[in-house]
Parts: sequence; structure tokens; C-alpha cells
Amino acid sequence: MSERMGFFTDTSVCIGCKACEVACKEWNDVPDDGFVFRATSYDNTGALGASTWRHVAFIENGDGWLMSSDVCKHCTDAACLDVCPTGALFRTEFDTVVVQSDVCNGCGYCVPACPYGVIDRREGDGRAWKCTMCYDRLRGGLEPACAKACPTDSIQFGPLDELRERAAARVAGLHAAGRTEARLYGEDPADGVGGDGAFFLLMAEPETYGLPPDPVVTTRDLPAMWRWAAAAALSMVGVTVLATAGRRR
Amino acid sequence: MARERAMVPKAEFGSYYGQPIIKAPIWHEPHMPLYLYLGGLSGACGLAAAVEELRAGPGGPPATVARLAAAAAAAAGAGFLVAELGRPERFLNMLRVFKPTSPMSVGSWVLAAHGGATALAAGSAVTGLLPAAGRLAALASGLTGPVMSTYTAVLVADTAVPAWHEARRELPFLFAGSALAGAGAVGIVSGLARPETAVPGRRMAALGAAVETVASTVMERRLGTLADPYRQDGMMRAGRLLTAAGGVLAALAGLPAGPRGGSRRGQGIVPAGRGPAGGWPGSAGRASAGGPVRAARAAVAAARSGYAGARTASRPGLRELAGVAAAAALTAGAVCTRFGVLRAGRASAADPAYIVGPQRERLAARRAAEAARTPGDGGRTAGDGGRTAGDGDRPAGGSG
Ligand code: SF4
Ligand code: SF4
Repeated sequence: MSERMGFFTDTSVCIGCKACEVACKEWNDVPDDGFVFRATSYDNTGALGASTWRHVAFIENGDGWLMSSDVCKHCTDAACLDVCPTGALFRTEFDTVVVQSDVCNGCGYCVPACPYGVIDRREGDGRAWKCTMCYDRLRGGLEPACAKACPTDSIQFGPLDELRERAAARVAGLHAAGRTEARLYGEDPADGVGGDGAFFLLMAEPETYGLPPDPVVTTRDLPAMWRWAAAAALSMVGVTVLATAGRRR
Repeated sequence: MARERAMVPKAEFGSYYGQPIIKAPIWHEPHMPLYLYLGGLSGACGLAAAVEELRAGPGGPPATVARLAAAAAAAAGAGFLVAELGRPERFLNMLRVFKPTSPMSVGSWVLAAHGGATALAAGSAVTGLLPAAGRLAALASGLTGPVMSTYTAVLVADTAVPAWHEARRELPFLFAGSALAGAGAVGIVSGLARPETAVPGRRMAALGAAVETVASTVMERRLGTLADPYRQDGMMRAGRLLTAAGGVLAALAGLPAGPRGGSRRGQGIVPAGRGPAGGWPGSAGRASAGGPVRAARAAVAAARSGYAGARTASRPGLRELAGVAAAAALTAGAVCTRFGVLRAGRASAADPAYIVGPQRERLAARRAAEAARTPGDGGRTAGDGGRTAGDGDRPAGGSG
């Protein structure tokens, strides 16, 4: 229907205000995720999870700060969606990935399938939750709550093609200004997940922010995996025939 | 390749406060490992029942205990599966759709078909009703059974968990061997009543244990340090020991062609017309668990007199004791292995080094390959490189 929408999170201008985390909780009515002092700089949220759909990472690295607002990547080839046995996870008309909470039966398969560790099952609720890219707001013609609230435009929302152009220009500008550590993450449609619908400009290696350097959608190997399973199944038949051989007839 | 990997120091790569990158599997104990065990057992028993039906021919005696064990294990396994869900009341949502991209969806349908077939086959054997339909169902469980026992390996391998995804070649064989060994244990125990029928059970047990042992050895070698979570897990180690010991015992129990070891015509892998009481590995485990030999002999004799009914209970020979010990060890080993696989998966997901290290190597290799190519086709071939990076033939590449 409409063109593919996405997030471009430019971490070089993130100020760590967590307005995105708050806006997300408010709009989506996400329950609290515990109040703990984690001693990980200003990050008391920890990681993305069932009740954390935007997560601001803080790294104090000697000469300064690294801050980054993480989110579901809305992968082109989404493992969570591939493995979901109920069809609860689906792809919307905006090419985003959303869980239908009335269909999810809490099987938990999507949780270890996501190569970014995004989606999780909520204790007590029994269902899987993650960022919807504010599906309801999108349908109403509004931008997602986090992007709306972000005071520095670190979180940018728009048609993915447009965002990719903007990001390429931004990284070129930073390189020209001598910030050669700037790099794009998840913008490449040729990467292991077919490119992210939510991609990033990072100022350090991805793993510094807790992101996998080269994520892969494991369903790519599904045909090979079924072939190995078929070989094992056939060997079971062979063993059983052998085991019962030579006793009668 | 394993050697190269072993030299990569874990601390070389950064991480975000050492936090995990992916989410560990949230599946619970004992639900998930017991489902893996019971599903595997049911599959192998269903297969055994079908092979026995084929050998017996139409009108032959049904392989009653194999049918019963297959049905009971499938039903119990399904119970654990439903209990594992966050929303058990929505279990049937699994059967709203068929999604070939989801091993769990495929598995739900396999379980439904296998559970139905084994239930029908067992019901027919017990009641004597609809023998033709029962036989057909037992034969069908020979098709669903091997899939039932191995699909769970695809299920866990199709995740971002490095110890699971990278072991996608060997895990099906590990599960297949474990399932055969578990079913062999059922055959051995039910064969106490008629020693000659324990022969296929012992063979399945010994061969299954061999398959499982070879699969886990090959896997650990091929995966290098990515297999550390398996090596470091106590359940996994216990499973390997028990399986190996059980396999050897099962083979030993079958070695000398004693007076009762001849091949008598008639019953299937397990005695026909016997109740399920003969088939339960648990009772064997209790009977033989570490007690003095005399107590064990007495227990086996009691069990035999129980199963054999009119037959005179005699002191069991060493071979039978070895068989019971083998059955107990193999059952315990199969259960331990499934717990070990889950725990190793959790440990593998929890340590970012298992993800960052292999992925950085993969990335570096791809970039080097890109740089070596002509600039013209760089973009497209980079994509192909990405697509093949996780292919089944690439060893120990680190998963997403
Ligand atoms: S980041 Fe994870 S949860 Fe989000 S779409 Fe991709 S696989 Fe699914
Ligand atoms: S937990 Fe829910 S959303 Fe996730 S795979 Fe299972 S049914 Fe689908």
C-alpha cells in the first residue's frame, strides 16, 4: 500500500535525554520495567525488552560520551516474523513488523530467534511484545511518539529511501569534518537481514552499543537445516530396520 | 577451522557492559527438555511400531508396547508443550496457520498428525477394535515418527543462539540417536518378560547411543570454542557419560548367545498383548538405581513375574541386569542431554563473545573478499557474500 517507512537514528546528536523512552511508554501504555540502579553510566533501563521498546545506551569512553537510542530494527528479513507459529507477528502496509497481541500464544520462539535480542515475553502477561513503530499513529498519519519527542532529531522518521539518502549525506559530512569513526549500521539491503527498517549512524563499533556486528536471519539456512534433519530421520529408519532384522520371515 | 577459532581471545572485542546481545531462550525446565525427550521417544517408538507391523505383515500381532509407548509419550510431551506456552489457552492458535518458515508451526502439525496416529494405533491395540485402522495408523506413525524425533533440532537451530544455530548439522543426529536410545530402553525393559524380544531394543539402544555419541563429538570438534557451553554444562557431560555407558551395557547385554537368547518367532520389538506396565523406563530406573546386585536381581525377578504372568519367575541373569542398567542409563542420558542442550543454548546466548567474535571474523572475511574484487561488481557480490555467509556448508561461522 504505502511506501516503506522507517527510523534513522543519528546517534551523533543524541543527548541521552530519554524523551523517546518516556514518549514510547506514554503513548503505548507500556508497563514499567523495574526501577534499578545498574551502575552502567546513566542507563538504568538496561536493554530492549517486552516493556522497553526504546532503550538509550550510555557509554562514557574517556574523552566523551556515546549515547544511542536503540529500537526494534523492523528487519527486511525478520527472523521473529519467520519463526512465529501463530501468525501473531505480521508485516504491515508500512513494511514494519508488529505483534498482534490477541493472536500471540506466548510460545516464546521469536525471543531467541531475533538476532538483535529485541523482542521478549512479558512475565505475568505471557505474550511477546516489542516496538510497533507506533502502528496506530502511522495509520493516523502521525509520526511515531519517540521521533516526535526527540528534541535533537536524533530519531528521524520517514520513507526509508529518503532516510537512506539523508544518512549517506550525514555520514559524508561527518567524515569531511574529520569524524571518521562515524558509520552507518543496518542501512545496507545486502546485509544478513536484508537491511533494517530502523537503521543507525554510530560513532563506534556496533558491539560497543550492544549491537551484533553482522546479524543474520537464521531462516536463511532453513532448507539446509531441513536437509540435515531429513538425513538424520532417514538414519533413524535405517537403524530401526537394522535393529529388527534377521528375526523372522 | 576449530583450531583457528580456539586462538581467538574472548576479550578482544568490546561489548556493552558485558551484557548479552541476544535474548536467551525463555523456555522453562523441565517443560522444554522433557518435551524434547518425550517427543523424540514417541517418534522412535512410532517408527519401531511401524517397522514391526511391516515385518509381521497383515494379520500379524500388533507391536502393542511400542504403540502404547509412542502414544503415551506423545500425549505427555504435548502436555508439557502446552504448559510451556505463556498463554496455554491459545494453544490452538498454532493450528490456525501453517507456516513453512516456522519449524514450530511445522512441528505443531507433525505433533498433531503423529499424536493422532499413535493414539489411534494404541487405542486399537488395547481394545482390539478396528485392527485394520490401527495397523494403518501404526504404519503412519512410521512416517511421522522420524520427523517428530528430529524436527526439534531444526526448531532450536533456527534461532540466533550460536551454540544451536552453528550446530545445525549435528543436532538432528544428536536428537535422532538420543530418541533411538530412549526407545531402545523401552524395548529392553519390556523385553524382560520375554528375553528374546529385547534383541531389537538392545540393538536400537546401542546403535542410538553410538549415533548420539558420534554426533556430539563431531559437533564439539567442528564448533571449536562455540561449543564451550556444551563442554561446560554438567547435564550435557552427564548425558554423554550415561549414554555411552548405556550403549556399551546394551551391547554387552546382547553379546553372549545364551540359552534364552535365541530368536523366537512371534512378537514385535516388545511383547504383544502386554500392558504398558512393562514399557516404562522409569520403573527400570528405580529397580536398578545403584542398589546392591541382589536387590536389583530381586526387583527384576519381581518385575518379570509381574509381566510374565503365568511364567515362573526365575533369578535374572547378568545379561538382564546389564540390560536394565543400560535402559536406565540411556533414559537418564537422553533426558540429561535435552536439559544440557537447553542450558548450553542459554549460556551461549548470555555471553556476547560468542556473537561478537565470530560475526566480526565473518565481516572481516567478507570485506577482504570484497576488496579483492573489481570495484564494478562490489555492491552485488557483497550481497551474495552476505547471503551465503550463514549457509549450511559453512562451518562455525557464528550466527546472527
Ligand atoms: S529486530 Fe528482532 S524483533 Fe525487530 S523485526 Fe528484526 S527480528 Fe524482529
Ligand atoms: S511468542 Fe507470540 S509473537 Fe512470538 S513467536 Fe510465539 S506466537 Fe509469535
